[in-house]
This record gives sequence, C-alpha cells and structure tokens, in this order.
Amino acid sequence: MLLSRKFFALFFALTVTIAGTGQSVAAEPDAARQKELVRLVRQDCGSCHGMTLQGGLGPALLPATLKDKPAEGLAATIYYGRPGTPMPPWKQFVSEAEASWIVDKLMTEFPH
Amino acid sequence: MRIFLTFLLSLLLTACAGPQLKGTGDLGLVIERATGRITLVNTSSQTAYARIDGLGDLSHASAVYSRDGRYAFIFGRDGGLTKIDLLEAKIVKRIIQSGNAIGGSISQDGRIVVAQNYTPGGIKAFDAETLELLSEVPAEYAPGKFSKVVGLADVPGNKFAYALFEGGEIWVTDFSNPKQPKTQRYPAGLQPYDGLVTPDGRHYLAGLFGEDGVALLDLWQPEKGARKILENYGRGQEKLPVFKMPHLRGWSVAQGKAYLPAIGRHEVLVVDVATWKEVGRIAVRGQPVFVMARPDGRQVWVNFAFPDNGKMDVIDTLAGKVVHAFEPGKGILHMEFAPRGENVWLSARDDNKVVIHNTTTFAKQAEIAADSPSGIFFTSRAVRIGF
Repeated sequence: MLLSRKFFALFFALTVTIAGTGQSVAAEPDAARQKELVRLVRQDCGSCHGMTLQGGLGPALLPATLKDKPAEGLAATIYYGRPGTPMPPWKQFVSEAEASWIVDKLMTEFPH
Repeated sequence: MRIFLTFLLSLLLTACAGPQLKGTGDLGLVIERATGRITLVNTSSQTAYARIDGLGDLSHASAVYSRDGRYAFIFGRDGGLTKIDLLEAKIVKRIIQSGNAIGGSISQDGRIVVAQNYTPGGIKAFDAETLELLSEVPAEYAPGKFSKVVGLADVPGNKFAYALFEGGEIWVTDFSNPKQPKTQRYPAGLQPYDGLVTPDGRHYLAGLFGEDGVALLDLWQPEKGARKILENYGRGQEKLPVFKMPHLRGWSVAQGKAYLPAIGRHEVLVVDVATWKEVGRIAVRGQPVFVMARPDGRQVWVNFAFPDNGKMDVIDTLAGKVVHAFEPGKGILHMEFAPRGENVWLSARDDNKVVIHNTTTFAKQAEIAADSPSGIFFTSRAVRIGF
C-alpha cells in the first residue's frame, strides 16, 4: 500500500515535471467524460465536501484552500483515499489521469 | 339590473375577502438542493402547491417545524437559517448564522431553534419567533481545538444532545435558561458521524465512524456515562469504502428494535432496545444511508450510498429480511413517510422528481417535478421527539 502510494506520487511528480516543460502527458478526458466527472465531484464528493465545494464533514476543495498542497498528493488522495479519515478510494470510478484532471480543475476553477 | 350587479359584486368581494381556513397537518416541503429553492407540498392531494426561491446553498439542507406545523426552519449548508410560513407560502425571516452548517433542531417547548455548525464548530440557539441569537456553545473540546458538531437532537427538558466528530464526545446542553446554557460532556468514541434520540427521548445514540460500534447515553441516568454497544460488529474484517455517510434519527426504531446502518458493510444491524444487544443483521444491496421505519414499524426502508443510490430495499420487520427490492429512480437521496405510512415519498435527484409509492403494493402512485430534490420534510415531524 505504502509502496504503491509512493510509486503513484513519483508517477505524478514525473507527470507534473514533464507537464511543466509545456507538454501535456495525461490525455484530457473527452467532453462527455468531463461532464460526468464534474457531476461526480459536485454531487457525490459534494455529500462530504459540499456541492459548492466549500467543505462539510470533509475539507473545502476551493483553489484558496488547495493552493499550498502538492497536486500529486491530492490526486493520490482521490485515487487511494486517506486511511484513518472518512475519505474513501475512488479508483473504482476514476482513472489516475482523471484524478489529476479533477485536481487541476479544483486548483484553478471547477466547472459547473 | 344595477342592483343585481352590485349584489353580484358584493358576493364576489366577500368570497375574496374571507380568509380561507386551512390546517397544516398534511403539508410539507421538498428541498431542491441545486437551485436554493423549496417546493411546498400537500400529502393528501399529493401535489405541489407553491415554490419559494432564495434560500442559498441547500445541499444537505434540513428542516424542523414549529409546534403548530405552520412554520418551517430550514438550515442550509452555507449557514443560512430561513423561517418559512407554509400557509402563506413565503419567507418570514432569513439570517446567515454561521459559515458552514449541517442541520438543526427545535426545543421541546418550541421556543428555541438550535443550529449545529461545522465552521465555526458548535451550536447556536435562536428565538423561534424572531430568529434573534440567544446564546452559543462553541465545541471547544480541548483548549483552542474546535470540533464539527453532528447528530443534534432535541431531548426532553429543553435540552439538546449532539456529538463532536473530532472531539469524540457526546454533549448535552440544557437551555432551560436559554441565555445561559449548561453543558455536560461524555466521552463517546472515535469520530461520531451522526446521532439519534429514541422516540421516547430516553436514549441518545452516536454512530461511530472511526471504530466498530455505537455510543449509547441513557439520558435518564447520564451520570453513568456513555457506553459502547455493537462493539466490534465488523469482526476485524476490512471495511468496504463508504462513499456517503449514513444518517441516523429516531425513525430507525421499530417494534422494540433499532435498525442501524453498518459502516463499511452492506448490512443493517438490528439491536434490541431493552437490552441494547445485537439480535440480528440483515444483508442489503449497498452501504445503507437512511434506514427508516414506516410509522407502524412493520417495514424498514433502506436507501444506499453512491454507486448504489438508485436502489431501495424494504425489510419486513416480522420476517426479518428484505421482501422488496427495486430501483425507483436515479439518485435516491431521501425518503419521508406520509404521517401514518400508507405511502412514502422518495426524492430521485437525477430524475428531477419526487416519486410517491404505496407501501402495501409498492406501486408508484404519483410523482412531483422538482429540480434535484433532496430532503423531504412533512409537518408530522413537529410533534415528534428528536426530529
């Protein structure tokens, strides 16, 4: 578990590094899938984080609250969950690339 | 002719001017979570009779009623507290009382409305007439540490019981003197996620997320402290992921037993409320969210967390098993029984409608259009302890 998490973090660190050079590595989900993901985040993540993402039992997911957190760690939290807290793993429903797309949108401006 | 016309006109005016008398026992409301709107409904005609906009962020909103069932107090996620007149179908007063709220409750005497807040963590008491702030109790469980408050329930004696998610405690606050509340604290367990008071107002239960078990406080003998029931119900097995927190209320008590959602198991746990021992568990088709008894206690209806939130299972309490399993709509978020239980209203968020099913035949009787409906609250809650 720990190992796979580290590997995942490394993978994302690499992704971010490469993306930082101006190339996009993870393919963006297509428009229809983006719509599904937005709905998933607002409705289902929203049951703990709030439909407007201002927080509830789970913390707020607004750009201001996320700005100091590393994107790869956030994507890993979505994908693997966070043991010891109510945050479950969402890997049955989103791919790693989709998790990082969600994080990217959350950190900038999340669509409606 | 002119006299006749005047006569007709006066008849018409009388008809208009005379107040149309109406009771409130068969009224209710549906939260439309995405649009900040509520729909007012009549459970006899099974129709919507008014819509009221401008209530802010209503995701996870809930409502309680004044004793006469005329006024609803709606607690919004954004800390909004709105008082609605169901007869005149209008907002009486609206305030923003906190940054992030999760629900509320109303006192035994109907004079105090209490909101439970996540940010800042604690509870606040308001005058039910004016919504003027009376007092507040910050959930400061350790110096400088504040907890989110969950499971707020009114209990006899103008008291309120609630639990602290981070604090791991049950608190009971006495508002006999509304401006100087007195609070007692009881250690409960890891991460209480919601709570309930039994319909007789005697026992307060806090469901625990961080461990297998439920904390139980006997409000008749609070000095004995909270004790753990259903300990180790998961038997050390790895939990299934929980994609939505279950909800607890006194509705889960039927026929001398409490039907409680397991955490991380696709089961409903059955507890004898005389001995508080587990007497059974019933396999269901997902992580239970609402486990609600029909008012006569013969049936218990169960809905589920994502991704099983299109399903519903109906338990027959005599047979002790699921007797009807169906898919009444997409995204079933909440249910409410007609006051005596002949039908049940289900909000199907992703179908944008409320569907009404007969609880004997299970057949669909009617539906009401609503934009992303979530909570459904009928005025019959006004007379129940812990609602």
